[in-house]
Amino acid sequence: MYERKLGDVVLQVDGISLSFGAMRVLNNISFNVRQGEIRSIIGPNGAGKSSMLNVINGVYHPQQGAITYRGKTRDLMKVHEAAQQGIARTFQNIALFKGMSTLDNIMTGRNLKIKSNMLQQAIYWGKAQREEIEHRRKVEEIIDFLEIQAIRKIPVGKLPYGMQKRVELGRALAAEPDLLLLDEPMAGMNVEEKEDMCRFVLDINDEFGTTIVLIEHDMGVVMDLSDRVVVLDYGLQLADGPPDEVRRNQAVIDAYLGVSN
Amino acid sequence: MLYREAGEFKSTYQADQAILTIRQDRWFMWALLAVAFVLIPLVSSEYWLGTIMLPFLILALAALGLNVLTGYAGQLSLGTGGFMATGAFAAYKLATAFPELNILIVILMSGAITAGVGLLFGLPSLRIKGFYLAVATLASQFFLIWMFNKFGWFTNYSASGVISAPPMAVFGDNFVTGPYATAEAKYLFTLTLVVLFALMTKNLVRSNIGREWMAVRDMDIAAEIIGIKMLPTKLKAFAYSSFLCGIAGALWAFVYTGSVEPLAFDVNRSFQILFMIIIGGLGSIMGAFLGSAFIVLLPIFLSNAPHWVGLNIPVDLISHIEFMVFGALIIFFLIVEPHGLARLWQLLKEKLRLWPFPY
Ligand SMILES: Nc1ncnc2c1ncn2[C@@H]1O[C@H](COP(=O)(O)OP(=O)(O)OP(=O)(O)O)[C@@H](O)[C@H]1O
Ligand SMILES: [Mg+2]
Repeated sequence: MYERKLGDVVLQVDGISLSFGAMRVLNNISFNVRQGEIRSIIGPNGAGKSSMLNVINGVYHPQQGAITYRGKTRDLMKVHEAAQQGIARTFQNIALFKGMSTLDNIMTGRNLKIKSNMLQQAIYWGKAQREEIEHRRKVEEIIDFLEIQAIRKIPVGKLPYGMQKRVELGRALAAEPDLLLLDEPMAGMNVEEKEDMCRFVLDINDEFGTTIVLIEHDMGVVMDLSDRVVVLDYGLQLADGPPDEVRRNQAVIDAYLGVSN
Repeated sequence: MLYREAGEFKSTYQADQAILTIRQDRWFMWALLAVAFVLIPLVSSEYWLGTIMLPFLILALAALGLNVLTGYAGQLSLGTGGFMATGAFAAYKLATAFPELNILIVILMSGAITAGVGLLFGLPSLRIKGFYLAVATLASQFFLIWMFNKFGWFTNYSASGVISAPPMAVFGDNFVTGPYATAEAKYLFTLTLVVLFALMTKNLVRSNIGREWMAVRDMDIAAEIIGIKMLPTKLKAFAYSSFLCGIAGALWAFVYTGSVEPLAFDVNRSFQILFMIIIGGLGSIMGAFLGSAFIVLLPIFLSNAPHWVGLNIPVDLISHIEFMVFGALIIFFLIVEPHGLARLWQLLKEKLRLWPFPY
């Protein structure tokens, strides 16, 4: 991979510790994410990767440590505030709105950008209608980008797994996020679907300049895509660095790579 | 291949976002409106207009209200009767305290007052969900009816606890309440309001707020993560739903029955409306109408059908049969087809779209 120039630090994670009751899920984790990079978090099952994402977007509140996003160290954050700050995510276990179509799911991703009020929407004339059309245009761009034109009107509950993952990515993209958190976007996919998803991740990063935090189990994918990698193991941070360096790290080989494959 | 979308290419998003995108559906809707506004008043007897069409329309409006809350926003409510009562009593207090107010204003204001009450009773929805929320709304149902019975102020201290609508006209002497109102006037007045509110509701559910409601219904945590605030979104559903239920209650008391006691809006009413949306279709505008038509017409059908085939079934047996049919249907729809009659209609259309070729 060619040498990429990384931008300023946008997200700083400092000494985060998270417990559920007596169980320590994250133990003194610190790393940063730079503007425009693809930052991976890897580790065996139960290492605390998803929990880390949940801390970043305010779903879990850590007992210790601080998160600094865009120069501002945050206080206790409400879940919906992450979206307002430009953080979007997808879930390990797809969390789509099952009863709604692909189109509506992605349109819902733009909820924060819609300014018309309820009365205007009830009348559906003037501003409300203009907004619907304008956002529909943007959503259609995303649909084209993800190549899901054929399933626009289908309720997502009826779509195959791989397609649902794509729609969920579309919903996250609809918010035009600055920071995109992807929790195992390729899990359970066949090779072809994985390749498509890799391409989308790279294109999002490249074309829109979106900073991406990626959790992924497929080492090939991680090594190919990432600028830098954090390795977690049972809540502990084992390593942090560029893929090549992490790959050679003895602690990582022992704890993770050796065990998993 | 009479009914199809093939050959209809939409060149603008506006066309693709229209309420009815298939040409035949639009014709059907216009025809239906023509029938409702012109044909039915022309050919129907006073009895049909006054005792079948009016309750059908008004209950459909209440079902529409409940469907917003339960079908779209996913908040199960058993307080519909209480909200209808609120609308009825608000209309009564307004109409008697300010006799110069136009009936339209009275009805809209009753809806607004009920929206406020619904907002209040919707507050617990932030903390509790599903079954527990249903119990909380049931409590509000009992509380509201108790309140209207308990405090004479609501009935202007009428000894019987019954309220009667004063004669009121939309304009001139077009009375829609009281003894001078004709069945046609009442019907057309109610129909106009119900059609307008149905259109408004359709607009809401195809806009951002509707998507937010459905997002909360389908996966609340994901909704929050994409920036939807739980409390305002749920409260808007409670307020708008109660607004419609309040208007339905006011129409029921003023235009349909003319005089009413709180008991007309007891918990049985709440269940009746809930059954309407289960049978008609959760999360569907048309479902509210189909469900209401079904529940209003089924008893009439059941009590007349035996005569048509020359059978003589005692009345109490018929009402038992009615219960059994309802029970069976509700179980059927809950288990087999949660989207109700509206979904069956949809399926029929999908079949029709392919007909006569199966593929
Ligand atoms: N809300 C919660 N309550 C209790 N325990 C939790 C909660 N969320 C996560 N955990 C626990 O924290 C640990 C780490 O979970 P997490 O989902 O973060 O792991 P992960 O690295 O994403 O694993 P996987 O690769 O399987 O997705 C697990 O033991 C899990 O059971
Ligand atoms: Mg995980």
